[in-house]
Amino acid sequence: MKLTLKIWRQKNRGEKGNFVSYTMNDVNPEMSMLECLDVLNETLIEKGEEPVAFEHDCREGICGSCGFMINGVAHGPERATTVCQLTMRHFKDGEELVIEPWRAAAFPQIKDLVVDRRAFDRIIASGGYVSVSTGNAPDGNTHLIGKDTSDRAMDAAACIGCGACVAACPNASAALFTGAKITHLGILPQGKPEQDRRARGMVAQMNTEPFGSCTNIGECTGACPKEIPLEVISAMNRDYLVGSWKKRDDDVRVVRPMTEWSTGSKLKIDPNATS
Amino acid sequence: MTLDSKLPTGPIETSWPRTKFDLKLVNPANKRKHSIIVVGSGLAGGSAAATLGELGYNVKCFCFQDSPRRAHSIAAQGGINAAKNYQNDGDSVYRLFYDTVKGGDFRAREANVYRLAEISVSIIDQCVAQGVPFAREYGGALTNRSFGGAQVSRTFYARGQTGQQLLLGAYQALERQVHEGTVAMYPRTEMLDLIVIDGKARGIVARNLITGELSVHIADAVILGTGGYGNVYYLSTNAKGSNVTASWRAHRRGALFANPCYTQIHPTCIPVSGEYQSKLTLMSESLRNDGRIWVPLKKGDKRSPDQIPEAERDYYLERRYPSFGNLVPRDVASRNAKAVCDEGRGVGESGLGVYLDFSDAIRRVGEETIRERYGNLFDMYQRITDENPYKVPMRIYPAIHYTMGGLWVDYNLQSTIPGLFVIGEANFSDHGANRLGASALMQGLSDGYFVIPYTVGNYLATNKFAPADASHPEARSAVAGVQQMTEKLLSIKGKRTVDSFHRELGKIMWDECGMSRTAAGLQKAIGQIRSLREEYWQNVNVPGSSADLNQSLEKAGRVADFFELGELMCIDALERNESCGGHFREEYQTPDGEAQRDDEHYSYVAAWGYRGPGNQPELNKEPLEFNYVHPSQRSYK
Amino acid sequence: MSTAAVTPHENRAPNFWQSTNGKKVVMAVTGAIMFLFIIGHVAGNLQIFEGPAKLNAYGHFLHSIGELLWPVRIVLLLCVGLHITATVQLAMRNKAARPVGYSRKQAINSSYASRTMYWSGPIVLAFIIFHLLQFTAGYIHPGSQFIEGDVYHNVVAGFQVWWVSVWYIIAVSLLGFHLRHGLWSMFQSIGYNHPRHTPLLKKAAFVIALLITLGYISIPISVLAGFIK
Repeated sequence: MKLTLKIWRQKNRGEKGNFVSYTMNDVNPEMSMLECLDVLNETLIEKGEEPVAFEHDCREGICGSCGFMINGVAHGPERATTVCQLTMRHFKDGEELVIEPWRAAAFPQIKDLVVDRRAFDRIIASGGYVSVSTGNAPDGNTHLIGKDTSDRAMDAAACIGCGACVAACPNASAALFTGAKITHLGILPQGKPEQDRRARGMVAQMNTEPFGSCTNIGECTGACPKEIPLEVISAMNRDYLVGSWKKRDDDVRVVRPMTEWSTGSKLKIDPNATS
Repeated sequence: MTLDSKLPTGPIETSWPRTKFDLKLVNPANKRKHSIIVVGSGLAGGSAAATLGELGYNVKCFCFQDSPRRAHSIAAQGGINAAKNYQNDGDSVYRLFYDTVKGGDFRAREANVYRLAEISVSIIDQCVAQGVPFAREYGGALTNRSFGGAQVSRTFYARGQTGQQLLLGAYQALERQVHEGTVAMYPRTEMLDLIVIDGKARGIVARNLITGELSVHIADAVILGTGGYGNVYYLSTNAKGSNVTASWRAHRRGALFANPCYTQIHPTCIPVSGEYQSKLTLMSESLRNDGRIWVPLKKGDKRSPDQIPEAERDYYLERRYPSFGNLVPRDVASRNAKAVCDEGRGVGESGLGVYLDFSDAIRRVGEETIRERYGNLFDMYQRITDENPYKVPMRIYPAIHYTMGGLWVDYNLQSTIPGLFVIGEANFSDHGANRLGASALMQGLSDGYFVIPYTVGNYLATNKFAPADASHPEARSAVAGVQQMTEKLLSIKGKRTVDSFHRELGKIMWDECGMSRTAAGLQKAIGQIRSLREEYWQNVNVPGSSADLNQSLEKAGRVADFFELGELMCIDALERNESCGGHFREEYQTPDGEAQRDDEHYSYVAAWGYRGPGNQPELNKEPLEFNYVHPSQRSYK
Repeated sequence: MSTAAVTPHENRAPNFWQSTNGKKVVMAVTGAIMFLFIIGHVAGNLQIFEGPAKLNAYGHFLHSIGELLWPVRIVLLLCVGLHITATVQLAMRNKAARPVGYSRKQAINSSYASRTMYWSGPIVLAFIIFHLLQFTAGYIHPGSQFIEGDVYHNVVAGFQVWWVSVWYIIAVSLLGFHLRHGLWSMFQSIGYNHPRHTPLLKKAAFVIALLITLGYISIPISVLAGFIK
């Protein structure tokens, strides 16, 4: 089949980007979207041009590396499918696909379709865990956890951190991502002791990053390849509200969003060395 | 070189506790004076970095992905074994140990495997405490399923996303330490060389993949948790980014590489559909619990599966292995699939596929139950193939999945370079010639959470570290070497893309060093690889510069290492004149086509030393002794 | 320790009001109070169908409890103020959150009403100001003389001007849209969502929004149609 790919090309954050159209005459409908880009890149390299940079790794829809907008929809037209598993048979012969990166202030541009999602790591670092050090654990069956609870936790824990929720949200809000982790840990007995603090810490970091606010409209859950429900956002709101009400002192801290990649001067002496 | 594997003596049941007592400790106040580099952030690297951070060491953790949560451990589907015996079906630490040694076709170290089985129990507890949502019964207790190669149900799982949930547990523990300031995380930073000073591993040279900057990181110990090398085959179930570069560059610096030819072929993957194919998608082995594998009895039977009556189907695994049936270990299942396809009885357009049929299971327990058990896998299959596996049998074919070989390590997981530790799939230690299902996650976490914190501590407590920094001559020469290689790759500007070389290398490897191997084929492959490598260094086209994000350049360096590794794999496979586990030499098989080991001559670990590209590597042998599980022909009949 | 790749410079954590979540809670609570007013208001208005005496008596009653009326007005004004402040601040933040827009963007999961909150809100506000000036203060009263105390006359005379009625109907319809999303969204913002109850809540929000809208616009329609003179 024949397709026109109109792809956002941008050399780096400093330079202006623009769309470039590529016509592909021989797209196999069984290919995945990323394999289609592979084929395009091979021809670009052979022509001496720079290939399109895009993020990808497992290509099984679980690592969360890949993702971009296709015709204005995060991860393309198939529900619950990442671009690495999106096969080309979902497009019509002759169609034009507009491909552009996630756009959000909190996800600074890196190159072409690659963006910087370290904000998500910082949100997790600010409380998205059970504070249990290795070796402290009681037997796995000490806490009995009903199947329903466990399943609900799993539904929320299925998040792959791809960023589609932020990309699809008109406000570029990270509420679904943050809510998913707060829900996963908040409903399990292991996570209860830190429930309030976790919500305050993670919400504080989310708000320190330049994400927008949630307006409860649900675009995120529609775009989510793991179909994380909107319910997780209300769980976040509830835990945050309760946590804020009960708090006695300001014991959460946030880190300043880091957007630089450079480690400074080349080959500078490593400040971490012990010697 | 004599290999000191530091194996404990005395009764195996107490060997790890005794070793733990003998290992020297680092005083808490001194821990923060030591720095440790962890390369890789998967189950092994991530759990090691988190745990070492918790202990108070100064840790730097590196990964090439944009976040530690992307490590390929995330893609493991089926589960993690542990000898909990929650099901009261006769499991025990000893049985897990026994199954693993036997499953590894008697090519693993007993003491390592026993330790792994012992620690498996704590892993589950630790992960549950972290909030990993393992599957549970209605009453709230943890549930288990059975897995290939075992007759007990000891596999814990979280839907079809066990690896993801375990990795997120480790990742969250790691991020907690990042927040505490004990771990500095370096995402999008790839290790390109190991710095060895005075015979000890003291640091790495790393490239920032966004800016292209090279940086030197010096520490007191370096831990590699950089995964396996299945991508040497180009098509594998590994992530596209998975590579051997960190391990290989350490190998070039003197770390021995053990058993490179032991690769695992996973029996249940979605068959290849075309030339453009970039990777293979695994369907969890757990599917074999309910699915029945068959092919038509007649050659070239092109009827659709529902048109083939029961009497004209060959459920070949059930027929040949009545006691294990569809649950035989991976190597056996894969080889049999290849055999029936070679006979011309394969299904699908390419003839490279067998049916995995759920219709009996759906009749027995209902579609709802099957959906509950495997829903996400069925969805994934349908997404990729556009066929509904509830109605039509799945088509599956084996694919490269895991590599049992890796850098040689002693019982303390230290390589032949002092101070360089290797954990998880990157080392060779626990699975012998074949890994049982649901054991990779177990090993990664065992090494990272429970073994390396003790053994690294012992190393730090018993060694002195001279001051060093980036200006040290060894660091400078390592940086210069990396720069030179990068410039060379960028300057060739030949005609072929990196991927085209990689694909060709993969084809050679799959044809000659894949599911079955012959001496003649391996010799041919070595020649082909050498000439392809020569062409690579003259005709590869790497566009762009080294000063920004350049994915072609990243791939180019990795493929360069795969060439050298691929050759070593063939040399190792050629040297091992026997069949064992994942290594099947056609010359060595029993009359009924099973792998035939040669314990008299080959009961050893082959640890290879590097002597430069194209030169015959140096073979060192570590003999294997079996005092508990006595080698026998593996039988699953 | 220095961590080149992830420098954790500490910042002060945003407090409740500074957080987007906190502002949404404030919007939910103020929205709920205003909703109560809207219910009371429509119930009062509908007395017009019972004749001038009843409606004017209701108007007198409201004025006679002056010491209660003003606190209520102050609370309502406060609600309006907070609701708007939060909205404006969030809207500015949201705009900044996506400095470079998409060249193409499709909505795949959200309702029309939910996506139009930003402009249904301001239009309703403009209407309310006009509405207060017309019926409460009497500054703008096109078509007739505003008579202090004769609520019935003011309403009927006001709505007999066709464009006043049309403006009223449009604005109240937008209010309905606003409520259709806001009524269930406020529960989400304060942390209530349940897979079984929330769909019911969404339906209820739709029905309530529709009834309120119909209740309000029945008056100008009745006036224009001549049912009320």
